[in-house]
Amino acid sequence: MDLTYTPEEEDFRQEVRSWLEAHVPRRPLKSFDTREGFQQHREWERTLNEARFSAVNWPVEYGGRGVTLLQWLIFEEEYYRAGAPGRVNQNGIFLLGPTLMEFGTPEQKARYLPRMAAGDEVWAQGWSEPNAGSDMAAIRATARKDGDDYIVNGQKTWCSRGAFADWLFGIFRTDPNSERHRGLTFILIPLNAPGVTVRAIAQLDGETGFAEVFFDDARVPVANRLGPENQGWKVAMATAGFERGLMLRSPARYQNTARRLVEFYRAHAEAADPCLRDAVVRAWLNAESYALNTYWTVSRLMSGGSIGAEASLNKIFWSEMDLHMHETALALLGPRAELLRGAPDAGNIGEWLDGFLFALAGPIYAGTNEIQRNVIAERLLNLPKG
Amino acid sequence: MDFRFTEDQLNFQSSLRKALEKECTTEQIRALWRTETGRSPERWAKLAELGFLGLRVPEQYGGLGMDEVDLVLLIEETGRAALPEPVVETAVIGVPLLAGLKATKLAEHWLPKVANGEAILTVGHPVNPFVTDAHVADLLLLAHDGELHAVPRERVALQHQPCSDPSRRLFRVDWSPSKETRVAQPEEAQPLLDAALDRAALACAAQLLGAGQQMLDMGVRYATERQQFDKPIGSFQAVKHLLANVAVRLEFAKPAVYRAAFSVAQNGPARAVHVSHAKVVASEAAALAAKTVHQVHGAIGYTWECDLHIFMKRAWALDVAWGTAAWHRARVASAVLDGAAPATFGYSAPSASL
Repeated sequence: MDLTYTPEEEDFRQEVRSWLEAHVPRRPLKSFDTREGFQQHREWERTLNEARFSAVNWPVEYGGRGVTLLQWLIFEEEYYRAGAPGRVNQNGIFLLGPTLMEFGTPEQKARYLPRMAAGDEVWAQGWSEPNAGSDMAAIRATARKDGDDYIVNGQKTWCSRGAFADWLFGIFRTDPNSERHRGLTFILIPLNAPGVTVRAIAQLDGETGFAEVFFDDARVPVANRLGPENQGWKVAMATAGFERGLMLRSPARYQNTARRLVEFYRAHAEAADPCLRDAVVRAWLNAESYALNTYWTVSRLMSGGSIGAEASLNKIFWSEMDLHMHETALALLGPRAELLRGAPDAGNIGEWLDGFLFALAGPIYAGTNEIQRNVIAERLLNLPKG
Repeated sequence: MDFRFTEDQLNFQSSLRKALEKECTTEQIRALWRTETGRSPERWAKLAELGFLGLRVPEQYGGLGMDEVDLVLLIEETGRAALPEPVVETAVIGVPLLAGLKATKLAEHWLPKVANGEAILTVGHPVNPFVTDAHVADLLLLAHDGELHAVPRERVALQHQPCSDPSRRLFRVDWSPSKETRVAQPEEAQPLLDAALDRAALACAAQLLGAGQQMLDMGVRYATERQQFDKPIGSFQAVKHLLANVAVRLEFAKPAVYRAAFSVAQNGPARAVHVSHAKVVASEAAALAAKTVHQVHGAIGYTWECDLHIFMKRAWALDVAWGTAAWHRARVASAVLDGAAPATFGYSAPSASL
């Protein structure tokens, strides 16, 4: 055990820090859940990619730098420290990207990964359906093979970034006689294909962060299938593992929130309810625990371990932590907590309300925390299935 | 940056676990409750033989000269087994206190004996109202007005304080400080006593992890065996989710404890905050394990006969020993909220992140 950085790791941190200092936009971009903000964020992805910073841990041939997971964590720390924009293509880079690398053909990797890294193709997810939420194996949307194409029908919903994205990945029922998690196939679909209709859904904050997508005899080449036919569940589980586990929520994000919360508390300590002192300390400790756990996991992965059902432990921890931090911030704000970002007297406090609304989704997306608890109980603790 | 333990460290842990599964069963623990000292000299000899007692003893005194990173997994195992003997007082806190003294006479005399299993140490620190295992200690290291004193057992009067954990032996110690007993003036003693507190709190945290994991395992076993409504109760989500919450807390407490071990071993500048972090999260995880697994056991868990209380009561004891969770939270709070900007893990310069 040596919890200090190597000179190589320190050099990498310096390089990232200097580059971000020179390039992070001075003014915050508009929300990527608006059309204008989405374009601004796409431009930012292009800027990142020009310096090969959009997907640092990917192999060099696909637009990354081939750095270790540990250096990826360092990159993320610097990224949040610099206050750089949110990643509009995170569904692609952090979720589909690793899945493509594991299951994709060489042609698919060459076709999709560089454009993903460049921000030229931004990805939305297509998991849930109106009657398949927590029960994802209840999927009904179909893909029927017809020559070299699949003909896709049905509906996907809660597709994050779906309103403005270019592509969607998801699982579809390819075997009409199959049930549950058998007979599903992982397919990549361009959202501008004929027969595909995207309808944006306004979220709790009024912005269109997700969408429902309708497929009406949409034709998609068989070459867009990721992994074997009828094996889509296995491919999707790998993607979900990345989502709940390491890549979607790097610790720097929460350490950054915790630091802001501490600063905020210090500025308002005298007026604050004494109980909140403890809540702020807890928030700080949680963020530290999460960082330690991530570094611990990365050390394990670097010596050949894998992340499986452990991802569910992670997902519960970060989602509950994030919500707790924002609830604490709103409690500190007291009567000003209800002000929207744009209110004349809001100053910069509106960020906390935005963050709170976003955090509220955490225990739901990427598999509800109730589902995660089932996974932990059945797959880590080996309790009998219900 | 590398968070892994070495093969040697992991092997030592697994051999200690095997040894304790044989030498420290709950039957053996219960049998000791009825003895006068409540301690097993045979098991103590075994621990010396394994090299555990001399692990932290410098090599020139017959030990292995290792550090807290080498120790932490072993201490965790003693918590998993609810080991009654004072390994922490002797091998984890007492040894470095003696080894840290400028005058080497005491270390020369006592440390080889500790490594051989021939001497037991205990420590009286101002953070604790009582002294554990004073009745079997050959030498008591006692703080007094900022000074450190070394007092043989025959020079103290003990008043036993029965407490909830039947394995625990707590004493009020009455003694007369003198020039003869004093081994360090405040200037020398204070940093040693501060370090002793951090080592002890780290050790409590590691034992809490072990006890918490033991309780979770018991809860899972019981929920798998116990049938109601013609099904194992562990197949019900209401029970599953309770146990899953314990797993989350324990899993996230572990690396905080291991990081604290590294900070103590390196004597890093953030040692105190890291140790308090570890103690807080390990205490909370073990407390949740105790409460949850007790609930999962239903009425049988409320009996003296069920082994759960051995670990539950140990967790309660460790929770308040060497600084309560509230004391440690306050120590983190004053560093994070009142002190200089806190160092966060990963971000900071190498020295500050220790």
